[in-house]
Amino acid sequence: MQKNGSEIIMEVLLEQGVDTIFGYPGGAVLNIYDALYSYGDRIRHILTAHEQGASHAADGYARATGRTGVVLATSGPGATNLVTGLATAFMDSIPVVAITGNVSTDLLGKDSFQEVFITGITMPITKHNFVVRDVTKLADTLRFAFEIANSGRPGPVLVDIPKDVSAALCDYEPKVPLKKEKTAHVDEEQLKAIADLLNHSKRPVMLYGGGVVASNASASVMQLIKKAKIPSCHTIMGTGVLPYGDPYNLGIIGMHGSVSSSKAVQQADVLLAVGARFSDRVATNAGKFAKDAEIIHIDIDPAEINKNVPIHYSLIGDVKEVFEKLLPMIDERQDESWLEEIRSFRSENEYRPDENCKELKPHRIIRDIYNIFGKDIVMATDVGQHQMWAAQYSRAEEPRNFLTSGGLGTMGYGYGAAIGAACGRPGTKVVHITGDGSFHMNLNELCTSVSNNLPITTVLFNNKALGMVYQWQKSFYNGRFSYTKSNRKTDFVLLAEAFGARGVRCENHEELRAALKEAADYDGPTVIECILSCEERVLPMIPAGLTADEIILE
Amino acid sequence: MKKHILSIIVENNAGVLARVSSLFGRRGYNIDSLTVSETHNPGTSNITLTVTGDDAILEQIIKQLEKLLEVISVKHLSDNSALSRELLLIKIRIDTATRAELREISQIYEASIVDLAPTSMMIELTGTTQKIDAFLLNLQSYPILEMCRTGVTALERDSAVK
Repeated sequence: MQKNGSEIIMEVLLEQGVDTIFGYPGGAVLNIYDALYSYGDRIRHILTAHEQGASHAADGYARATGRTGVVLATSGPGATNLVTGLATAFMDSIPVVAITGNVSTDLLGKDSFQEVFITGITMPITKHNFVVRDVTKLADTLRFAFEIANSGRPGPVLVDIPKDVSAALCDYEPKVPLKKEKTAHVDEEQLKAIADLLNHSKRPVMLYGGGVVASNASASVMQLIKKAKIPSCHTIMGTGVLPYGDPYNLGIIGMHGSVSSSKAVQQADVLLAVGARFSDRVATNAGKFAKDAEIIHIDIDPAEINKNVPIHYSLIGDVKEVFEKLLPMIDERQDESWLEEIRSFRSENEYRPDENCKELKPHRIIRDIYNIFGKDIVMATDVGQHQMWAAQYSRAEEPRNFLTSGGLGTMGYGYGAAIGAACGRPGTKVVHITGDGSFHMNLNELCTSVSNNLPITTVLFNNKALGMVYQWQKSFYNGRFSYTKSNRKTDFVLLAEAFGARGVRCENHEELRAALKEAADYDGPTVIECILSCEERVLPMIPAGLTADEIILE
Repeated sequence: MKKHILSIIVENNAGVLARVSSLFGRRGYNIDSLTVSETHNPGTSNITLTVTGDDAILEQIIKQLEKLLEVISVKHLSDNSALSRELLLIKIRIDTATRAELREISQIYEASIVDLAPTSMMIELTGTTQKIDAFLLNLQSYPILEMCRTGVTALERDSAVK
C-alpha cells in the first residue's frame, strides 16, 4: 500500500511495539507531526519543554521498561539539543532511537535554515547513525536502527530524515521484527577454566554492572552468587540487581563505594566481573585494582576485555546465557569462612553516617523516602552529591528501579528520566532526587509532568552550593571555593507552584516525612525542597588515582 | 612501540572514512598513514592504515574497529605474511652536475625519472616504506622542491612461511 514517509515512520514504530515517544515539533518535522496527528490513538507523544528533556525521557523510559526509547526532534537546534541525551545513553549503553528531521535533500549542505550535519555531530556518541535520502529505504533503515539499538551491547541510534523524504510516497509492506539475536557461541574451554577457577577459589568476589540489567540476568546472577557464596559488589549501573540488605551485597564499589567492597576486591583471589567495564570511577587506580586476583571478565562487548585492566579469563556473550551455562558447572560452596570474614569486617569497619542529629541528613532523607513510598518506586537522580547518596543508600530491590547517568555524569538528566519512567511504568511512583545545581539545569520539564499529570516527586537537596565540586575544592583545592556558592535566590516552592505543581519546603525529618506522605498520596508532581548544609560530604571517598588503602572516612 | 599495518574492508558508504578516522581521533590512536581504495567488489573499499602502538593499543584498535557497523573485516598484517608497497613522487631542482648524480641514485633504487624540465626532475619510486626511507636519505642533500607519498597499501600473501 502507498504511504508517505511520515506514515511509514508511524507504521514502523507500531511494528516495533512503540506506543510512546518523546519529542518537540518544528519545521523539518511538520510532516511527521502531521502523521502523528492521525496516529495519536496508537502512539502517545509526550511534548517536553526542551529537546534535551525529551532525550533524557526516552533514555529513562528505556531504562525503566527495558524497551527502546524513542525521541523525535526537528533539524538544527532541535537535533543539537539531543546531543547530551544521546551521549548519556551511549555511555550507559541504553537503547534509544532518535529521529531527527532535516532540510530537504536539495537544501542539504547549503547552510540552509536550521540545517546541521547531525550525523557528523553524533557520530562518536551513537552506536550508529543514518541519513535517509530515499523514501524506499526509510522503513528498512528504521527497522535496522531498532535492531542495532537493541542487539549486542545496546546503545542509541540516530536516523536523520530530510523533509522531502518524510513527504514522499512509496509502497509500504509491514514486517514483523526479527527475534533478538543472542550469543552464537560461548567458548566451552574458557567456560570450564572459569568454573574451575571459581570452584577452587578461596576468596572470590563478584563485581557486576549495567550489563546484568541490560541482559535481564539478575535472577541467574543472584543464583550463582548464592550457590558459590560469593560476596558481591556492584557499579552504580548495577544497583538493584541484589536487594539492598542482601547478605551478599556489599554495596557499590569505587570512588564513593563502601569500605567492604573496596577491601573485598583488594583481598580477593578471584574477581568475577560481569557486565562492568572497570571505569576510572570504579577502578580508581587501574594498575592496583584487584591486584592479587585472577580477573574473570564476562561481557558482551569484546572491546571491554583488557581495555582498562588486564584480564586473565574472559567470556564474550550475553550475561544471562553465559550464566545459564556456567551455573551448573559451579560447585555448591560449603566453606563459609571467607564470607564470614567479609561480614565481620563489614559489621565492624563499614562507614556509618551519624544518626544522632536533628537536622536533615542525606542518608536519612533517602531512608525516609523508601519508608514512606515503599521499595517499588523508580528513583531517578541527577548528578552530584545527592546522586552518590541516593546510590549509597538506595533500597532498590529490582534492577530498572534506579536510574542515573553513570558514565557521562549528566547534570539535568534526572527530571527527564523521571518523566520517561512515569510514562513507561504507569501506576509506579517515581521519585526524582536532585540538587539545586542539577535542578536548575532542566527544571523547565516541570511543565511536562504538570501537563501530563505524572506522579513524580522531586526531592531537592538544597545546600545552596554545587556540592560535589565544593567538596573537591574543600578537600583538594585548599578551600578555594571558586564559583560553587551561587548566591541564587530561587524560591523552589513558588517555582513549583508557578508551574502548576505542588511545592513544599522542609527543614527537619518530621516536616519531610509529612511532605513525603502527602506526595505519595498525590497523583501529580510535587517538589519537596530539603534544606541541607553545604559542608555535608559524600563519604567514603577514594580520591582519583588512589586505592582502598587511602580511603577517606571522615 | 611498533608499527603495525591494518587492512580494513569497509562498506562503500558515504561517511565511512569519517567514522574510522573519528574513532582514531576520539581514542587518541595515532595514524601514521592511511590509504583508501576500491576493491574488486564494488560494494566495499579497502582502508590500509599504519599505526604505532604497543600490543595493548593494537588490540583495542582492532576491537574498536570491529565494533563499527560498516567495518566488514580487520586484518593485522605482519611483516612476514604481507606485501606492502608505497609510492613516492619527488621533485628536485637540478643543474647539469646533479642531474647525472640523481640519475645514478635512481638507477640503484630502480626508481623512474618521470618528468624532466631544464631546472627540475620528478622521480617516482615504488617500494616498501623502508626502501623509500632509504632512497630519501640519499636525496637529503639535494634541493627538494615538492614531494608526496601515498602511504602504505598491503595485501596478505598466500605463500608466506609461517
